[in-house]
Amino acid sequence: MITAKNITKTFGRVKALNDISVSFTKGECIALLGPNGCGKTTLIKSILGMVVPDKGNIEFDGRPISEQWQYRSNIGYMPQIGRYPENMTIANVIDMMKDIRKDTTVHLDEELIVSFGLQELMDKKMHTLSGGTRQKVSACLAFLFSPDVLILDEPTAGLDPVSSEQLKKKIVLEKEKGKLILITSHVLSELDELITEVFYMQDGRLLFHKKLLELIQDTGEERLVKAIAKIMTA
Amino acid sequence: MKKILKYVIVDIVQNKIVLIYTFLLLLIALSVFNLESNSAKGLLSLLNIILILVPLISIIFSTIYIYNSSEFIELLVSQPVKRKSIWLSLFGGLASSLSLAFFIGAGIPILLYHADATGITMILTGLFLTVVFVSIAMLAAGITRDKAKGIGLSILLWLYFSLIFDALVLFFLFQFQDYPLERAMVFFSFLNPIDLGRIQILLQMDISALMGYTGAIFREFFGNYIGVSLSFLGLLIWIVVPLMWSLKKFSKKDL
Repeated sequence: MITAKNITKTFGRVKALNDISVSFTKGECIALLGPNGCGKTTLIKSILGMVVPDKGNIEFDGRPISEQWQYRSNIGYMPQIGRYPENMTIANVIDMMKDIRKDTTVHLDEELIVSFGLQELMDKKMHTLSGGTRQKVSACLAFLFSPDVLILDEPTAGLDPVSSEQLKKKIVLEKEKGKLILITSHVLSELDELITEVFYMQDGRLLFHKKLLELIQDTGEERLVKAIAKIMTA
Repeated sequence: MKKILKYVIVDIVQNKIVLIYTFLLLLIALSVFNLESNSAKGLLSLLNIILILVPLISIIFSTIYIYNSSEFIELLVSQPVKRKSIWLSLFGGLASSLSLAFFIGAGIPILLYHADATGITMILTGLFLTVVFVSIAMLAAGITRDKAKGIGLSILLWLYFSLIFDALVLFFLFQFQDYPLERAMVFFSFLNPIDLGRIQILLQMDISALMGYTGAIFREFFGNYIGVSLSFLGLLIWIVVPLMWSLKKFSKKDL
């Protein structure tokens, strides 16, 4: 569904992405892993067209994405740090997104708004919100339009255990519908039950891209945390 | 595009600065016309204030507004929206709201007190200058990532167009006073939108005789139909070029 070929991106002297080629297929739930600053977010932003790669091309459903925008109506994106116009209320932001992405055929998925209990906070301005509540708004917006692809950058960072559990449940539910889900996270222990593939990056390079089962067989460890730890220390 | 423009305009209207700017212009225009016995004199005083104030407010407000919209831009860039329409909506929102502010604040008093060809030229020039400086602000904010740098660049650009440019031209004239530079002056005036506006109005006011031989050349050039059209075309180029340049930058910008 998403294929990238020889993507390279440099910021000043730092090579954030170094000749990355990858293909993500529908129905998989992929964990993008790697140490801080290894280029995970840059890869995600390149797929979204927020960062323009220096070299290489990315295709979505077989069509190149450069200078395109329609393909993004199939993507729900939850940024690592959600930044929103400060003087808008939650309701304003959600209404604006609905207005901009208005697609009468798509049914709006407001399940997360309900389970997070955001209805009571709808009139609060964005600048009064705590980090966790912002994350909730970001999550709701990502899932709102039932997109085929979900890109979640550190989805559970800053969420309380209850909300984080609710979000995970939602991710599993969407995965079962056969969507493509990309997750980055440093909390490996919570990924075990979610993911099917692991995409491991280091210093802007792809180290490996394997099925979870394969990885567990190769390392002989049962848990993802231990498997990754074994690779990192090896 | 229309939807995004709507959100930008609503946001600018909620921001009270534009409202204050409107009242400030209104206050200045009304007091100038009431203080001077002759409305033509009032117009001349107003001209000098407008040529300083309008570019200053337009460029500074727009630059700061664009930087403060970074969250809005970031939010929209990840959505199924063209980058071009985000940038052009910002431009459209700023240009239309500041133009409206100018029209209410200065345009209406001018129409009330001095509604002849000179007055109308002045309103047109003011509107053009507003849009030109919004466009220059888009460029300044588009090419610098850092907010302080961007605002600094805007202030410098304003200073350049309203003071430094004239000083440079004067210096140039004194250095080469032995040569006939009158025709070159016509060319120079196209390099500065503020000068273009000023000459346009002064010629309308029939005081170009005070500008000596250069004034006569200006009169010859700008006085006729082609000259006026050319000078408005010049202002139009001052709008389009910075805007297109900034658009090109923005379409490749990493967010």
